[in-house]
Parts: sequence; C-alpha cells; structure tokens
Amino acid sequence: MFPILKKRRLNDTMTLMEVEAPFIAKKAKAGQFIILRVNEFGERIPLTIADYDREAGTITIIFQKVGKTTLLLDQLEEGEKILDFIGPLGTASHLEGYKKAAVIGGGAGCAIAYPQAKALHEMGAHVDMIAGFRSQDIIILEEEMRAASDNLFLMTDDGSNGNKGFVTDALKAQIDAGADYDLVVAIGPLPMMRAVSNLTKPYGIKTIISMNPIMIDGTGMCGGCRVTVGGETKFACVDGPDFDGHLVDFDEAILRTRTYREDEARATREYNCHLMEGAKNG
Amino acid sequence: MANMNPKKTPMPEQDPLVRNHNFEEVTLGYTDEMAMEEAQRCLQCKHKPCVSGCPVNIRIPEFIRCITEGDLEKAYQIITSTSSLPAVCGRVCPQETQCEAKCVRGIKHEPVGIGRLERYVADWYMNHRERTPVKTERNGHRVAIVGAGPAGLTCAGDLNAMGYSVTVFEALHTAGGVLMYGIPQFRLPKEIVQKEIDLLKSNGVTIETNMVIGKVLSVDELFEMGFEAVFIGSGAGLPSFMNIPGESLVGVYSANEFLTRINLMKAYKEGYDTPIIQPKNVAVCGGGNVAMDAARSAKRLGAENVYIVYRRAEEQMPARREEIHHAKEEEIDFRLLTNPVAIHGDENGRVTEIECIRMELGEPDASGRRKPVEVEGSNFRLPVDCVVMAIGNSPNPLLRKTTEGLEANRHGCLVVNEETLQTTREGVFAGGDAVTGAATVILAMGEGKRAANSIDEYIKSKK
Repeated sequence: MFPILKKRRLNDTMTLMEVEAPFIAKKAKAGQFIILRVNEFGERIPLTIADYDREAGTITIIFQKVGKTTLLLDQLEEGEKILDFIGPLGTASHLEGYKKAAVIGGGAGCAIAYPQAKALHEMGAHVDMIAGFRSQDIIILEEEMRAASDNLFLMTDDGSNGNKGFVTDALKAQIDAGADYDLVVAIGPLPMMRAVSNLTKPYGIKTIISMNPIMIDGTGMCGGCRVTVGGETKFACVDGPDFDGHLVDFDEAILRTRTYREDEARATREYNCHLMEGAKNG
Repeated sequence: MANMNPKKTPMPEQDPLVRNHNFEEVTLGYTDEMAMEEAQRCLQCKHKPCVSGCPVNIRIPEFIRCITEGDLEKAYQIITSTSSLPAVCGRVCPQETQCEAKCVRGIKHEPVGIGRLERYVADWYMNHRERTPVKTERNGHRVAIVGAGPAGLTCAGDLNAMGYSVTVFEALHTAGGVLMYGIPQFRLPKEIVQKEIDLLKSNGVTIETNMVIGKVLSVDELFEMGFEAVFIGSGAGLPSFMNIPGESLVGVYSANEFLTRINLMKAYKEGYDTPIIQPKNVAVCGGGNVAMDAARSAKRLGAENVYIVYRRAEEQMPARREEIHHAKEEEIDFRLLTNPVAIHGDENGRVTEIECIRMELGEPDASGRRKPVEVEGSNFRLPVDCVVMAIGNSPNPLLRKTTEGLEANRHGCLVVNEETLQTTREGVFAGGDAVTGAATVILAMGEGKRAANSIDEYIKSKK
C-alpha cells in the first residue's frame, strides 16, 4: 500500500499527488512512468512520473480526470493509500548533449513536459517552453514551467490569456524567427504530437514525443501497448515511451487508443450515476 | 486385490455446452468412492517406473496405497514431502507424458489416474484440514527469489523449509505467475493457487509484489542488501507475434494480453474495471495449451464462432490431448493445416477478417517432423472481429539487460550449469522457463527444487 502524502487540485480536472514510494523514488528518471491500481477491483493504469524526491522517498503524479479510474483516484485524500504502485517503468529520456531545445506541452501533457524542460535546463541547454491549453482557467504549473525554461510561451485555443493559437503556431513562429533548435520535445494528445512532428520534419529538427498507448502490465509481457515506429513493432512500456516523432505511425496509434472507448464511457457513466445516487440518498 | 478395470475411473465434468458459457472449473474431481476405486488400480510395482516420470519424484505408489487404506492425511504428507503445489499439479501437469506415461497399467490399457488422485488428496486436505504453519528454525542466511511463478515459489518453499530467510520479488500485483495470469479459472481455480501461496507465506516466506527487478532494484543491489544468493525464475513472458500485415489492428491480442485481462484482471466478471473486447468471431493462432486456453476463454466471453488456426495437423499439436478434447467438446472449430497470412480491418482500424492459406505436409525435416508447405493460390478469408496470437513466448530480456555478466543464448534463455543451475554470475541461479523457454509448470517446479539444493550447497560451501 502506498500512502498519499500530499494532494493538490491544479484545476477542475487535474490533480497532483505526492505518493510515498521510496524504492521507486530512488531510481526514477525523467521520462519514466508508474502503473497503479486504486483498489482490488481496479484496472492498472500508467501515469508518468512528474517529479521525484529521492530523500523524501516520494513520487509526484499529475492526472486528469478522464474516466472511472482517474475519478476514483481523485476521491482519495491525503493519508489514504493507493493499493498498487509499480515502477519506475520504461526507458528514461535521452536528453544529453543538446544545446537549444523547444519543450512543448499540450494540456495535461504539460505535467510530463515540465520535468523534461527542467532536466534539459539543468543540463545547461537553452530551453523554450511552449505550453498549450484550451483556455486560461485551466492553465497549470505556470510558475514551475517559467522557472524551468528561458522563455515560456503560453498559448490558449480561445485566446483567453491574450495569446490565441495552437502550440504549433508558437513553434513555427520561433523556428521562422531563426530559433535554430537542435531538439524538440512534444508531449500531449496524439494529434498535437503528430502536428508538431509534421511541422519539424521538413526542418530536420530531432523531435522526441512520448507515447501514451493502452497498457496493462507495463513490463513487456503482453504487447498491448505496441506502436509502429519506422515500420517496426515496438512495446512502448519497455522500448519507450519516448520515440522519434518522425518515425511513429500516429494514425494507427490514435485508432488503437479508441479500442475500449465505449466500455470506458459506460464505466464513467455508471460511476457518475452511482455517485449521484449516493448524493441523493446520503 | 487390484481393480483390473482396463479404463481409468472417469472423472465427472460439467456438461460441455453448459460449461462453455461459464468460467467455473470444468472437471469436478473424484468422490471418495471414485478415488478408492481408481487407487485400487495401482499394482504397487516394486520398481515404481511412475516415480521416475515425475519431475519432482513424488513417491506415487506410497501415496496411492494410503488412499486405499483410507489414510488421506498420510497420503498428503507423502506428496508434499517432494511437491509444493499438489492441487495445482494434479490439475495442470501433462501426466500423459510424465508419470502416467511410465505406468505399467498403461502398457496394455489406460494408466492409473495419478494426476486425478493427487488432486483428490490435495483437495481433500484443503477442505478438511486446518493447515497449520510449519515453524522452521532460521539459519541466519538470506536468499532472494526473482519471480513468484511455479519455479520461484517452489525454490522459496524448499529453501524456507531448510531454514533460509527467503524474499520473493514479484513484478505483478499478485503472486503466482502463469498460474494466476495465464491458466484460466476453468482449468485452475485461482482460489486454490491463492491458498497454496498463503500457506507458503504463513510458513515464513516473504513475498514482495509490485517489485520489478531490473528496474526498481538490480541483481547487484540485492546482494548489497545482504542476500547471499539469487534465484531467477522470471519465466518466459515475452509474447511473439507473426509479423504479418494487420497485427496492430484493434482486436488483435497476444494470448498473454487476452489471458491477463481475463484471469488476472477478471475482465469477464461483473464489478471489475478492466475491459475486454466482447467478440463474436475469434481466430486463435497456434496449437499449444495457451491457444486452447485462449480459444475456450473466448467462447466463454460469448463468442459464437471460435477458430483454432494451426499450420500443422492435429497429431502435431503441442497441446495436451485432454485440452484438445475439451476444446472440441466445447464447439471450438479447428482449422488445421491452415496458416494466417494477413489480418484485414475497417476504416476504424478494427479487425474484420483473417486471411489464411492452406498447408500440406511435406517431407520430414531434420527433426523428423513433416514440414508444412503452402498450397499456392489457396488463400481464403474468415470473418472475425478478434484475433489472438498464441504462437509462443520467450524470456523477458529485462533482467539480462540490466545485470552484468548474465549470459543468455540466442533464444534469450539464461545459460546455466546443467548440474547446479548456476548462471554465468556467481551466486545467481536460474530455472524454469527463464532457462528452458516456455515449458510446463511441473518442470519449472522441478528446477526450482534443484536450484534450492544447489543454493543450499553454495551457501554452506562459502562458510
């Protein structure tokens, strides 16, 4: 059992938790993830390690409430425990040796892009961080991202923060202005990572993306998370989750993430109904 | 006087067309009367050929005689003096190629139902006796076991009984390995496996789940933590795919994924959160026990048509005869001498058809097996919405990639000294599927036992 030491709601849909997991905290590196199971009826879901504290023995996770399991997880309070918490899984990001990088986060992906920016920045690279959100009121980690980068470009789809546009608009503007990046890191929804990869390809800028396929064990024993990279089948849980964005078959990956869409929608609906009933009866 | 009936006493089973809609155990076990009748078929041979056919050398005639004498307590003690998981092995061992293959009664007629009797004794004990933990005096030495499958659990049980303080590290959230995630409930009820594991724990074995050795701790760190020897029983959990077009379509599973969702995550049960596709027409590619398990599970999920697609003939299927028989009874459709060449899907990336080619048996190859060759132009398509690849597994490379000096062969199997089961690293031993590639539960247990003895000698010799 893994105690939740700290819980903070970042906005209406996103929550940060610091979980006591000393063995994992000792080994975790940027780009790796954990798998957790909330209770004995629960499914196993992967979440990226957003931060770690080796001395305190904690792992920070940031998750968006998108379905039953993340809603259940969000119900847990400080002092309560997560049943299973497994990691660190996946291959750590290779960020050494780059001079000038653009790190791009889309929505909840900022929680994963932020530690990458921080790692690059600490290694001495010049880091431009581009963070995209639907609107101003769901912006997260602004101060942290600002501290981890040389420039922070905050974009909103609806322009509610005065900076309207997608992350690709900001990236294109920087490239056209002669930013001369030797690395782009993009983390967020698959269509966003596809758009960034398509943008950088003609410029020949190395582009690392972080895949987020369906996973079960996360240790390479089932292949549920397989993605096609450069025509080869890779298991994201062991070979990734980081891959070369110019080689990933995004269209296939997008279709595969929809495998259980109906089951997921039903589970979420039933869970919400159950909560409503509880509220009425209680 | 021995019972000279040429046939084994039949074991009651659920009706095939009822059981293929539920996940409850297919075979129901012997009653006391049936067990007595079958036990009396044993001739109590002096030279006991059956014992040499058992990878852990259970003293078979002795325990069977106890059944005829009504002393089930003693029968159980005899079995468990060499076997750690009798309720499991009685159910899933391929007795027809092991103990029962050597039975004298089998020369002319059917052999004694040794597996059924072992299961009977183990179940009787579980149901009638409070299993009291055995307290063993600790010898002050510590051993780490990587993997809580049959090899690791057996090695742990034996070392614990010798006085070692044993910690088993398991990557999944539940111990048991393939007994929990692979073999389905209808062949091996998970409650039985859990009871065997609980007994090991109450006897003093520590099991740490959620610990992926190679990631969270390295083998070197295990030594730094004070473990004096390490046993690797990490199995063969890396699934093979066929590398044919369409394998990434939605609805194509490895057997490992399909069975893990069903068995470990209980996707078939109301109230559990893990989803699984509810298929109508399923093709399972392969001819081993895993293929039979996947096909029979698919039927139980409610599929109307389940095909076994296998490139050789039935005689060459590696699955147990009993499993093939059960699958046929449950209306699994065998498409033999048939090989998948591509999987086709719709615009949403979902499987719609599997394209196969007919095969015929050619000349025998070097191993003596007749090699299947394609019949040109015989391609045809089966409409399916789910494909399960059950064409084999190899050892997971995680440990050997993260451990210096641990050698593996070209199949990824760890290289060990055949006598001692020590790997190319001093103090690191290995056994089961991690060494042999995908094999059987009882072979893995046999290696776990041998490794326990080697580890005991190794640690004693260091003193």
